[in-house]
Amino acid sequence: MIRPHRSHPLWIAYLLHRLSGLGLALFLPVHFYVLAFALNEPERLDGFLRFADNPLVKIAEFGLVFLLAVHVFGGLRLLALEFLPWSPRQKTLAASAVAAAFLVAGTFFLQAV
Amino acid sequence: MISIYSFLLETLTAINAAPSFTVIEAVLSASMQEMDVSVWRGDASGGGLEHFRVPAEESQTILDVVAWIQQYADPTLSYRYACRVGMCGSCAMMVNGVPRWTCRTHVKKVLKDNAITIEPLRNLPVIKDLAADMDPFFDKWVAAGGVHHPTKTRNEPIEILDPKTPERVETDTGIECINCSVCYAACDTVSSNVDFLGPAALQRAWTIYLDPKDADPNVILDAVSGKGGCHNCHSQGSCTLHCPNGLNPMKAIAGLKRATVASFFKGGR
Ligand code: HEM
Ligand code: SF4
Ligand code: SF4
Ligand code: FES
Repeated sequence: MIRPHRSHPLWIAYLLHRLSGLGLALFLPVHFYVLAFALNEPERLDGFLRFADNPLVKIAEFGLVFLLAVHVFGGLRLLALEFLPWSPRQKTLAASAVAAAFLVAGTFFLQAV
Repeated sequence: MISIYSFLLETLTAINAAPSFTVIEAVLSASMQEMDVSVWRGDASGGGLEHFRVPAEESQTILDVVAWIQQYADPTLSYRYACRVGMCGSCAMMVNGVPRWTCRTHVKKVLKDNAITIEPLRNLPVIKDLAADMDPFFDKWVAAGGVHHPTKTRNEPIEILDPKTPERVETDTGIECINCSVCYAACDTVSSNVDFLGPAALQRAWTIYLDPKDADPNVILDAVSGKGGCHNCHSQGSCTLHCPNGLNPMKAIAGLKRATVASFFKGGR
């Protein structure tokens, strides 16, 4: 349960940013490791790409693209909050960052299937 | 409510059918609404919640509830207040897990399932029961550079300021702070980093930084860019959401972040 003093949109935006940041930190090393197959062991990469055609993996990829997009837009939102002149529309901006991330991840998903 | 029962009682007496005393008592106590109030009792070495039944009243504040317990249920209950009108900043407590001025919080706004939980302010040491130790909060107020650095002596004429400059308009949005520590209790960065100066102290530093009468704004930038400084803030905005005065420390901290980074790139510090 989210404790009462935290249950507001900007705190949830913070939580999402931290979880997506940690998720990316875990995912990117694996991602680069697999990409390195293209140079060293192309057959293994091909094998992996066949595995990645699996619909379940596609859904997982949607999650990863969403993580990246929500972190990038959320990060840009924070930079705007901190370095551009103050705007009172912070909740709208946070919601827009999540919406934009859904758009990007959704488009990726439709391209992938 | 009571008047309905006395009316009934009068009627019953009139027709010579007055119910026995115990029946009247039972009816009266059922008509008097009571609330379940859980109050944190203890001191720096630990403690826990204690339960009280407190009569509900019209226009009752959380501070009224605490005062009732102290006057009628347990005189050893410790708490702090002074002005009881939202001016002095001494009565803040956690009410159902949210930091609030108890003197300006109506029971009917926060009562849930006829129950309220009242605890000392979060992120501060406890002196006893509901009285939190505000010292760390005030120490950080000073550490953040929130002290005026004068440019003139008392013998010079008072400097005239234009209230319409952008700096002054921005300053006006941050000066109504009453040091209640509600924002400090709401901030998760304060709970995870003991050095973090916290929203109120940083907001104070920001308003002094903007003051054209201040002799050394760079002293303030130094004070707020160290280990516990403004860059620790994650812009969660709990401070702004909970400040009972409607101030926006998150905005002030963003201002300090801009000013410190600008000063860094200008080859400053
Ligand atoms: C590509 C554009 C990116 C932008 C614009 C961005 C922006 C930001 C910003 C502004 C913060 C500070 C948040 C705060 O103060 O709470 C942050 C935190 C963080 N970022 Fe990123 N980031 C990006 C990419 C990444 C990547 C690729 C990773 C993974 C390696 C990552 C991992 C993290 C982590 C772990 C945090 C700490 C989270 C926290 O403090 O709550 N970021 N990011
Ligand atoms: S900024 Fe608001 S919540 Fe924080 S100490 Fe000042 S008045 Fe209280
Ligand atoms: S915006 Fe910054 S200072 Fe305010 S509650 Fe969040 S972390 Fe604390
Ligand atoms: S008693 Fe003074 S602010 Fe509540």
